[in-house]
Amino acid sequence: MENFLLLVFNGLSIGSILLLVAIGLAFSFGLMKVINMAHGEFILIGAYTTYIFQEFLAPAVLGDDGAKSGIFFLLSIVAAFFVTGFLGYLLERFVIRLLYGRPLDTLLATWGVGLMIQQIIRSYDARNVPVTAPSWLSGALKVSNGLYLPYKRLFIIVLVIVCLVAVYLYLNRTSYGRRTRAVMQNREIASSLGVHTRRIDGLTFALGAGLAGIAGAALTLLGQIGPQLGTGYIVDSFMVVVLGGVGSIPGTILAALSIGTASSFLEFYSTATLGKVFVFGLIILFLQLRPQGMIAVRGRS
Amino acid sequence: MSVLTQYKNHRLHWIGFGIIAIIFLLVLPNVLSIFQLNILGKFLTFAIVAVGLDLIWGYTGMLSLGQGLFFGLGAYCFGMYLNLEAAGNKLPDFMSLYGVFELPALWEPFRSPVIAIALAILFPAFIAFLVGFMLFRSRIQGVYFAIVTQALTAIVALLLVGQQKLINGTNGLTEMKTIFGMPLAEDSTKVMLYLATVIVLGGVYLSGRWLVHSRFGRLLIAVREDEERLRFAGYNPVFIKTLIFTISAGVAGLAGALFIPQVGIISPAQLDIQSSIEIVIWVAVGGRGTLIGAVFGAILVNFGKSTISSEYPDIWQFIMGALFIGVVMYFPKGLVGTIQGWLKPNTSDLVDKPSVSSATFSNKTESALGN
Repeated sequence: MENFLLLVFNGLSIGSILLLVAIGLAFSFGLMKVINMAHGEFILIGAYTTYIFQEFLAPAVLGDDGAKSGIFFLLSIVAAFFVTGFLGYLLERFVIRLLYGRPLDTLLATWGVGLMIQQIIRSYDARNVPVTAPSWLSGALKVSNGLYLPYKRLFIIVLVIVCLVAVYLYLNRTSYGRRTRAVMQNREIASSLGVHTRRIDGLTFALGAGLAGIAGAALTLLGQIGPQLGTGYIVDSFMVVVLGGVGSIPGTILAALSIGTASSFLEFYSTATLGKVFVFGLIILFLQLRPQGMIAVRGRS
Repeated sequence: MSVLTQYKNHRLHWIGFGIIAIIFLLVLPNVLSIFQLNILGKFLTFAIVAVGLDLIWGYTGMLSLGQGLFFGLGAYCFGMYLNLEAAGNKLPDFMSLYGVFELPALWEPFRSPVIAIALAILFPAFIAFLVGFMLFRSRIQGVYFAIVTQALTAIVALLLVGQQKLINGTNGLTEMKTIFGMPLAEDSTKVMLYLATVIVLGGVYLSGRWLVHSRFGRLLIAVREDEERLRFAGYNPVFIKTLIFTISAGVAGLAGALFIPQVGIISPAQLDIQSSIEIVIWVAVGGRGTLIGAVFGAILVNFGKSTISSEYPDIWQFIMGALFIGVVMYFPKGLVGTIQGWLKPNTSDLVDKPSVSSATFSNKTESALGN
């Protein structure tokens, strides 16, 4: 029984990470049908922002163990959001906007940008580096005698929920959110009603990138970070978005949790590799039966 | 398009082809060192894959990020034969390292070179057939198709890395000494492999050219331009796309089989996402939808890569990134495409050569997936 609960929790944890990574992608994909292959590198930048905060800024300001206090860690999450958000805006403005209507080319161009970002980071330091985590995140919550839930993973789940709530509030309670939803549903009509679609594009893409940055900051809790961090998550996050249904946030949530749980269980009962293969197979099978994804947004083209 | 222009195209094309054939078959083997010839041979296997990709991307509009996968699978198939040949009657070295004392059943068919080559072509083709059919049937196209092929590549690469006992995991297959009895290290073997690659490339190119100038070629272009309309005209795009996808995978597998005796190693790294996407840049730089552009692009970019990355390995990644961005944004026709643009008279024949602007403008992604 404990084992089962642990598997469920692991599934939730994996799913929450996937969700955090994928939700930024769902924004840019759902809004502009743009595949951003540099998304992995946005995650990377977020992670390295936290790295800089924890390894350089915190010791400088608070002394040697400053990083452990966690203040700078929390600050770095916010910083990661703004840094990657800004970079996302730049990417949208100078690359993606010029490739409007050509999704395959956007895919290739953003891959190029991703390569360059990766190389910049690699030139700085090609090794995998650990990032000091706040001391209050070490250890685990004891639920029962056999069930220990690591605080780091709980924190990430909470962080994801906070982000989701924030996204929900943004989309449904702010005027810019309303405009974003309008553009997602029908770009031409929104434009004719006075919505500045270009500005919304830039803003939404920046938002998606910012969420990727937060994901990167969160990933520093789970292990070392290195230039290859992004590539590991790209394929998975794309699969989440495709499975969830394009342009559908609830779909993305459902897909991320499903894949997370499936991965957790399949990995346990076979090997990690075979687990991934099975998950992929399941996704393909699902798409056979329902190609528009789990929760499809029916727009009018 | 006037008969006269068509005739002129024909003659010019064959003269050019003949000149290039002579250069590659007769001139270069005598001018280049064996080392250089060997590298050129490797580039030419890449050119073969590139032609395959051009068929599905340049002409049919399907961006597959998984050609590297098919290439690698073909290389693995033939590599297994080479490993067995090198081991003679015993097991390949790496197997004894992992405590395997009996040849796994998977390896048995590869004792025969004929079967090995056949499988090198047919196994990737079969996978392409399965995956392609399932995807095309569900009308998964455009970007989604690209993503799924990328995921497939990642998964298979992961799978191969995990199989230590069966195929040596990350280390790949390396133990090769002879091919059909001829020692791989010998110069004459290398020259023969090079010539074989040139001939195969020529054959693939000519077959591709015949294909695209046939009615089937017109159907490919129709799929790229407007698949829905083609469907309404009574054709079945699923059949067309599956067929050409399968063919291009087989071509890639064949290239892989030619690759491995010249390079001597195949590992999962050669069929991961990075390598697969590099194939795309070769075709993009050379000129998509022109077949010959794919060949030139492959040779040019790889030549640039080997020259630059030996001196400045860091810079090469940067350059490649810039290449992706630059070619896609400012140079979409690629080299050959741009040259053809110059040579063409202003009243250009819209029918014959696919215009690149429509090749890049693909809003067919809207179709099935919930829009």
